[in-house]
Amino acid sequence: MALKGNLRDFTITQLLNLINLARKTGTLVVEGPGEIARVFFREGKLSYAAIEQEDNSLAAVLQRTKRITNSQYRLIKEKASRMSDKELGLVLINAGYVSQDDILVSLQQYFLAVVRRLFTWGEGFFRFDQGELYINGKITVRIDLENLIIEGSRQLRELEKLQEEIPTLDMALKFTDRPGTNLRNINLSVQEWRVVSFVNPKNSMRQIARATKMNDLEIRRMIYGLLQAGLVEIIRPAGVAPPAPGRIFPTQNKEEQKSLVNRLIERIRSL
Amino acid sequence: MQTVKIVVTGPFNAGKTEFIRSVSEIDVVSTERKISTEAEKIKETTTVAMDFGRITVDEDLVLYLFGTPGQKRFDFMWEILSEGMLGFVVLVDSTRPETFREARSILETFRAYAPTPYVVAANKQDHRDAWDIDDMRLALRIDPKVKLLTCVATNKEKVKSVLLELLYGILAEMEEDRS
Repeated sequence: MALKGNLRDFTITQLLNLINLARKTGTLVVEGPGEIARVFFREGKLSYAAIEQEDNSLAAVLQRTKRITNSQYRLIKEKASRMSDKELGLVLINAGYVSQDDILVSLQQYFLAVVRRLFTWGEGFFRFDQGELYINGKITVRIDLENLIIEGSRQLRELEKLQEEIPTLDMALKFTDRPGTNLRNINLSVQEWRVVSFVNPKNSMRQIARATKMNDLEIRRMIYGLLQAGLVEIIRPAGVAPPAPGRIFPTQNKEEQKSLVNRLIERIRSL
Repeated sequence: MQTVKIVVTGPFNAGKTEFIRSVSEIDVVSTERKISTEAEKIKETTTVAMDFGRITVDEDLVLYLFGTPGQKRFDFMWEILSEGMLGFVVLVDSTRPETFREARSILETFRAYAPTPYVVAANKQDHRDAWDIDDMRLALRIDPKVKLLTCVATNKEKVKSVLLELLYGILAEMEEDRS
């Protein structure tokens, strides 16, 4: 039977630990926020990983790690799009464009990056299908999971702490009304500037994350820094109706409501 | 009979049950259980569903005080308890800065549930280790416009003044809405 569940109940780190300890062979499919990842394991080691919505071809991986140029990547896509990764790898090595090491290191970096991205998915469904791997034509590697598990646990702790500080990303940000604060005098990173440029009561933190292409962990990290520096504060997004608060007062008449509160005040004073 | 409610929330061991007990005219209907987690064994029992106190205002009006469970694993109760509240009090243990982050998180969560007025009460201000109220405002990142009040949950007068400040805030907000 396939292992199935929700990342809220069973984290990626726990899954990796299970796969590592039981030396499992199989495919882990994770459906995260707008993306689907497929991660392949052989005897408890990471073998291959890909995000469905991305170009996962060898050419794309080599271009991302700058082992080939953008024009070489385009040329390969035009002329060799039908080649499998294994075939393309052989051609590139024989032609002297890259070494076998270049290919393996690039793929390892990419696979690790995919798994690291999974650490930042707090929500999503997973399924682990045990059995043979169907990754024909792809180049596989063997990466021990122990270091990844340690790294994932660290990130998880960080995310948990940040979630305590910023429990929901559906609220918006506004600059604090502190006289004398001048953003131009504060050293912000490029990423922080990008977030700052979207600070507006109309934008929820989730929208800012989407616009700046940051995941949950990254946006929380940035916003936490800005909050700690006292530059921004969390508010309800402008124009978004607050959740219906339910029936607060037994009467809809404003004067009667006021009288009710005054009666409460009198009573508590007299206690 | 008309009823209204105020919610008293805050981290584990902030003093919510004591707070309600100090002003409730009935014995607080409590759902305390023995604590099972070692890390949280700084007191014998904790609230697992809610505390429930009552103040009869007059023949037609009753105020209910609901205390939320402090342990995070019972936070599914928070949204249910916040439904229809007049306002809320966030109680913070002034002697345990390690709970400030959680208090901040609870505050944000309740603000997201409902846009009702609230006050923050710094409890256990009679303890020698209690943090100064101004330092707490900074540590909790509480806006200067939000009322942060000193409190001793076992002292009826102190509890009364926290509730009164919340009610004054509610009244002020109603006036603002009118103008």
